Amino acid sequence: MTTLTPAATTVSLPTRASRAVHAEWTKLRSVRSHVAALVATPILLVLLGAAMASMTVAAWDALAPEMRADFEPVASSLSGIDLAQLVLGTLGVLLVTGEYGSGTIRATFAAVPQRPLLLGSKAAVFAVAAFVVSAVGCLAAFLIAQPILAEQDLNVGLGDPGVLRAVLGSALYLTVAGLLGMGLAAILRHTAAAIGTLFAVLFALPLLAHFLPATISDRVVRYLPTNAGGAIAQLNPGPTDLAPWTGFALFCAYAAATLFVGAVLANRRDV
Amino acid sequence: MIEIDGLTKRYGSTLAVDDLTFTVSPGHVTGFLGPNGSGKSTTMRAILGLDRPTAGSVRIDGRRYRDEAAPLTRVGAMLEANFLPGRSAYHHLLYLAQSNGIGRRRVDEVLELVGLQSVARKRTRTFSLGMRQRLGIAAALLGDPPTLLFDEPINGLDPEGIVWARRLLKSLAAEGRTVLVSSHLISEMALTAEHLIVIGRGRLIADTTVTEFTRNAGTESLEDAFLRLTTDAVEYRSPADSLAYTGSEN
Repeated sequence: MTTLTPAATTVSLPTRASRAVHAEWTKLRSVRSHVAALVATPILLVLLGAAMASMTVAAWDALAPEMRADFEPVASSLSGIDLAQLVLGTLGVLLVTGEYGSGTIRATFAAVPQRPLLLGSKAAVFAVAAFVVSAVGCLAAFLIAQPILAEQDLNVGLGDPGVLRAVLGSALYLTVAGLLGMGLAAILRHTAAAIGTLFAVLFALPLLAHFLPATISDRVVRYLPTNAGGAIAQLNPGPTDLAPWTGFALFCAYAAATLFVGAVLANRRDV
Repeated sequence: MIEIDGLTKRYGSTLAVDDLTFTVSPGHVTGFLGPNGSGKSTTMRAILGLDRPTAGSVRIDGRRYRDEAAPLTRVGAMLEANFLPGRSAYHHLLYLAQSNGIGRRRVDEVLELVGLQSVARKRTRTFSLGMRQRLGIAAALLGDPPTLLFDEPINGLDPEGIVWARRLLKSLAAEGRTVLVSSHLISEMALTAEHLIVIGRGRLIADTTVTEFTRNAGTESLEDAFLRLTTDAVEYRSPADSLAYTGSEN
């Protein structure tokens, strides 16, 4: 160590971003429970989809006509989506709160003082990983469930109108639900608070909205995160739903807004 | 060189650091001393840009920490040793290295340097306090930085580890680096440091050399001299403790 005052290091933003992304990928893959959550996602989707298809086929002849009318072949084969969003939402939360809870966040922020860049890299790595496992899981669940549904001629093909959009849209929905969890975690910094808030938003809000008078709820419910985001996963959107991509764009905006607020707060707060 | 100028940090109604000004020079170990709660850790977090100063500034070689693009190559820090318990020592160091464009080989080097290579792939959940401290030291050395901060590095080390850490700190300073080491043990700092910064209740109490401090202590033990110096600056002390501290033998 002979140079005591070296020249300022200049590192371009793309280089810094790619380093941060590289580091976040290492962080994601180096913890067993993170990997377990990613692996569990497609397994859950396939198992629950196949189970639902088998039960539907077995019960079909005895099913009431209005229940038959409600049947939707894509949604049925992707019945695991509720459970999968629990898993990915929790992972999105833990990737942030795990660092705060353990104190590792200090090492992380000391290594990357540009905190919005760090959070952005974390979100990007998680989004890619979550989309890959979700897309694999949704496609596999669909392809395994359809031959089962074919026994009662209930099946559709990937090439049928809207089917591919609904299948991959389900994977997009799962990805963004996870990012919403990540954003809430960046704001709240505590595991229980963030998971509680995420599931209140995703599950409780749509339920509560149904207690509103129908004239109001018909106009409001479609804008709730779950309903807006769910539009892209529906084969035949209902009259009160937003159009698939419009709804999905709104869902993305909710997630982006929480991540943005999380990044602004992270930049201002002491750790 | 670390320059701290008028650093003030307030948390709500608590004034943790109060208009603190001092400079840490390269070439020797600087001991950063003060009783528990005197503001040492807050000051270190402010140096690293983890806590935002309420007032004042911190410069490292003339620059703010938060402006550094690859800070680990400029400043290495061992703070309270906390790691994600489910991640291995190797992967903890690897992600830190990657985030600053430091090569994988350096990860193996620092693991060997601190003597953790045999447990590098074990999750830190299984680590003793001493092993965690060694991992924290490894993380600080990762970027081979000219400035190093160590927050209570001796805590939890066994006697052999203490001697090892003492030698390491001295050799890092002898290489021309700026080395700031916090401790609440004057006796330890007397063996490791050449320069002393003493704070109490967030204020600077002494900025002196170990030689000077020892000479001023005269016939008093270093502990007694340190306690006398910081006695008005301790926030929590039981009456029994105060009595004990007046005796020269305790």
